[in-house]
Amino acid sequence: MAWTREEMAARAARELRDGYYVNLGVGIPTLVANMIPPGIKVTLQSENGMLGMGPFPYEGEADPDLINAGKQTITELPHSSYFSSADSFGMIRGGHINLSILGGMQVNEQGDLANWMVPGKMIKGMGGAMDLVAGVPRVVVVMEHTEKSGAPKFKRQCTLPLTGTAVVDLLITELGAFEIDSRGGGATLIELADGVGLDEIQSKTEAHFRVCSTLA
Amino acid sequence: MTSKVYPDAAASLEGLLFQGMTIMAGGFGLCGVPENLILALRNSGVMDLTVIGNNVGCDNHGMWHVLTNGQIKKVLASYVGENKVLEQLYMNGGIEIEFNPQGTLAERIRAGGAGIPAFYTRTGYGTAVAEGKETRQFQGEWHVMETGLTADLSLVKAWKGDTEGNLVYRKTARNFNPMIATAGNVTVAEVEELVQPGELEPDQIHTPGIFVQRIFKGTQYVKYIERLTTRPRQAAAAGEAH
Repeated sequence: MAWTREEMAARAARELRDGYYVNLGVGIPTLVANMIPPGIKVTLQSENGMLGMGPFPYEGEADPDLINAGKQTITELPHSSYFSSADSFGMIRGGHINLSILGGMQVNEQGDLANWMVPGKMIKGMGGAMDLVAGVPRVVVVMEHTEKSGAPKFKRQCTLPLTGTAVVDLLITELGAFEIDSRGGGATLIELADGVGLDEIQSKTEAHFRVCSTLA
Repeated sequence: MTSKVYPDAAASLEGLLFQGMTIMAGGFGLCGVPENLILALRNSGVMDLTVIGNNVGCDNHGMWHVLTNGQIKKVLASYVGENKVLEQLYMNGGIEIEFNPQGTLAERIRAGGAGIPAFYTRTGYGTAVAEGKETRQFQGEWHVMETGLTADLSLVKAWKGDTEGNLVYRKTARNFNPMIATAGNVTVAEVEELVQPGELEPDQIHTPGIFVQRIFKGTQYVKYIERLTTRPRQAAAAGEAH
């Protein structure tokens, strides 16, 4: 059995460390907010200008002046702070955010990421994704292992326009997890989802990767 | 004695608008958007605008009004989703869009307002964003040169302002507004509460009045919420653990 969306988010949540400042992308990464392990403190950054993102407001208490980067209404916490977009991306570009968890369309074995446009389709824009992958020291991508057609998304070379080059440190799909050495050391399969065999993941992956000794 | 205070949005724009001008407007999505000024801009009918901002409104809201009125020829933005009119215009070649990474856009505006003509950033290196731009290595890493941005006119929205143009923003409605306030040849601010000097705490002012040439009290704020998300009262808190 491959991992569910929740299990993928839970695997990503295992990357959180006590004291981390973290930016979560939309989609599966957002679920990580509900899976922070007990006993560790994590402060969530929202790139539109907030640290210490709180939960959704109670019904009837939504404040239009308080949204996250996905335009959802949220709340503040006692330690929250607000700042401009320039300060926000200063935090991101300056390496002050410890971890970024975001979605992907394609990743390659060098850690290149494509997640912002498909040629021929309407381009919505990259938002903050290029800044996040360029500036945050550890980048985790959570995405489905293949296209609906079955085509692999973990590739030798990305065919879609890139968001960043050599930026992905960990790739989590429903089939397993790959550590990627973004300094040119290549990719290593470090975990398999329960019930997923090496044969299956190899047949659905285009990228070259080593297999961690505990899995071989 | 000169006064920065104007009675309303239309009056505050008098004498400032011309065809082909560049206008920056604050806001992230529909949060912290100068709603009154955008409607006055639409009503003015001024044409061939270049508009700089994180977004260009979304369906039926914000800068969408100016876009739908055919007044915009070029946009610099980081994200333009949820905007069918823009999508159609772009697909038909009826509008030019220059996509900027959000942090690069924020920094270009900050730099423009601070008199810095260009800077280097790692963001976008090796991507389409870097095409045609100067690149350079610092400490072994490649960077892309990006230029500062200024505008003929900046439109910002603040929570409170005083008659000297000092501004205080509220929560995430701050976003791009402080940098945009610094980068306009003329900056017009609309505020929810217009107060007398001394009523704002000098230590708490986000935008000093030097950056604001005209100010007025806005009315009839819609503050449309794009994605209303709530939780039932009984549910355990989600979102952040301690």
